[in-house]
Amino acid sequence: MNYTLSIVSVALVCLTTLVVGGLGLRLSRRTSDFYVAGRTVSPRLNASAISGEYLSAASFLGVAGLIYDEGVDMLWLPVGYTLGYLVLLVVVAAPMRRSGAYTLPDFAEARLGSRAIRLVSSLLVVGIGWLYLVPQFQGASLTLTLVTGAPAWVGGFVVMVVVALAVGAGGMRSITFVQAVQYWIKVTALAVPAFVLLALWFRSGSPAPQVDPSWNIPMSPNGPDDHPTYRTASTVLALCLGTMGLPHVLVRYYTNPDGLGARRTTVTVIALLGVFYLLPPIYAALGRVAYPTLPPGVGSDTIVLRLPETLLPGLGGQLLTAMLAGGAFAAFLSTASGLAMSVTGVIDQEVLRPRVTRFAGGDVPGIRGFRVAAILAVIIPYAVSRATESLGLATTVGLAFAIAAATFAPLLMLGVWWRRLSTWGAMAGLLVGGTTATLAIGWTIATGPEGGWTGALLANPAMWATPLAIATAMIVSLATPSRIPAGTTRTMVRLHTPERVALARSRIRD
Amino acid sequence: MHARPVSRDLDEQTELGDVYLDGLMRAQLRLSVAVIALTVVGLAALPVTLALVPATRTMTVVGLPFPWVVLGIAVYPAAWFLARWYTRQAERIEQDFAEVVDAP
Repeated sequence: MNYTLSIVSVALVCLTTLVVGGLGLRLSRRTSDFYVAGRTVSPRLNASAISGEYLSAASFLGVAGLIYDEGVDMLWLPVGYTLGYLVLLVVVAAPMRRSGAYTLPDFAEARLGSRAIRLVSSLLVVGIGWLYLVPQFQGASLTLTLVTGAPAWVGGFVVMVVVALAVGAGGMRSITFVQAVQYWIKVTALAVPAFVLLALWFRSGSPAPQVDPSWNIPMSPNGPDDHPTYRTASTVLALCLGTMGLPHVLVRYYTNPDGLGARRTTVTVIALLGVFYLLPPIYAALGRVAYPTLPPGVGSDTIVLRLPETLLPGLGGQLLTAMLAGGAFAAFLSTASGLAMSVTGVIDQEVLRPRVTRFAGGDVPGIRGFRVAAILAVIIPYAVSRATESLGLATTVGLAFAIAAATFAPLLMLGVWWRRLSTWGAMAGLLVGGTTATLAIGWTIATGPEGGWTGALLANPAMWATPLAIATAMIVSLATPSRIPAGTTRTMVRLHTPERVALARSRIRD
Repeated sequence: MHARPVSRDLDEQTELGDVYLDGLMRAQLRLSVAVIALTVVGLAALPVTLALVPATRTMTVVGLPFPWVVLGIAVYPAAWFLARWYTRQAERIEQDFAEVVDAP
């Protein structure tokens, strides 16, 4: 295999990320630029940026691999990833923008006026962010090893360094440009090889994929003890609700100019994601044509990268592989920088800034602390990615969604729509949802998948953990009416009143 | 007769302002619940159809198996149309609200 083309392509993507990030550096001056790009990002740019950030290793490589493995049922994953934005749109998009908060912990504190809830939210942001970063590093290592023959530690390391530099250099403003560019890199890099491979397939007489019938039928059980309907429904619920609770997703909403902009951005995001998710099934189906079964030792996460050189030996195949490798790196870099940005923000605000400002006020030391936080944010998940065995890219990402669905989703839904939410209720909901979902998932990771109802319930906790968290929050809130934050009405006025209505006291100035 | 715009009541959290806020939230929430209900029904329709009409399990549409066409292609434009419809309705609710509360 000739590695040169792929090395050039990956290097180009990394360089673009750094150069475009550097442009942002010149524009970022105030601290608020670092967090929310000064709130002047247009819906179209923001939509590209959100989609660019969202489409991760799981979408670029993992979805095609899972569809290859398990067939049509895995199409529910991209459907859930996309519908997550529909749910986010109708539940939180505009109110979240109007809340005037920078991050999820900011929102939690503004809505409930509790430092303790802020702290728990911050821990969750870091936990979910790190869990989501691990498969990005694993995907990068796997890709670089496959397309360049580099040792396994290199790919993740490259992504870690580029992300730390880009985030530390320009913060959110640079990341917004970087992310927007990366959406288009990713779509092109996945679409062009897909069309070329499809054309080749037509020319060779369109042979049918070699599969057994269950590959084409949704909700077919994997084994005698499987519960496909529950498994699928719980997964889709986790993805639909988890999206709004992902720390790197909601941060982008603070960069919209107003609530209307936040909604319009989301509609465009749904269109951009829909276009992208038409592509992975093509790779899965062509994969079944090219390899009826995978050679031993080959993970299904790599079939996207393997297909071109199998179907098109020679320079053409190498070019397509290089293109896919570049696109895959765009996916790792964009998601990892978005996540790193959120985790950095939390570490900076919760851990470093309180200490730095004790010694010296002002903006400059603040930004230095931000850079230290950026390094901390990526180095720990990189270490975890090296120390643990990969569960499969899309599977690990699914776990992060499930935890977000059981914790932040109830907090946001009740926080935005229910006036009687009390501080204790919100805290109880976060703790119950967070503990049960984390334990269920931890158990599944530690003991491996089990059969029967126990296994199904533990591996897919969203369907019971999320309602449990909501019910806990509501019951505890109703039992502790004296703990309803005093400013609740003011917050609700701010969240729901359109910007064109002038409110002298209730608005927060940006 | 009320001589000043209701937006002042909203801002100052009077009982009247509260009534208007409740009305706005209820209208928006009703719209959101409608969209979510439509989504759930739309998603559940596929497995229900496949179970009730077994022929759809092996049926092909323009050469592709029916379940692939629904889950791989058709859901995305449907989600987009639903999102656009929601956004327009939500903007209309806000427009009406703004006109009422800003009227002197």
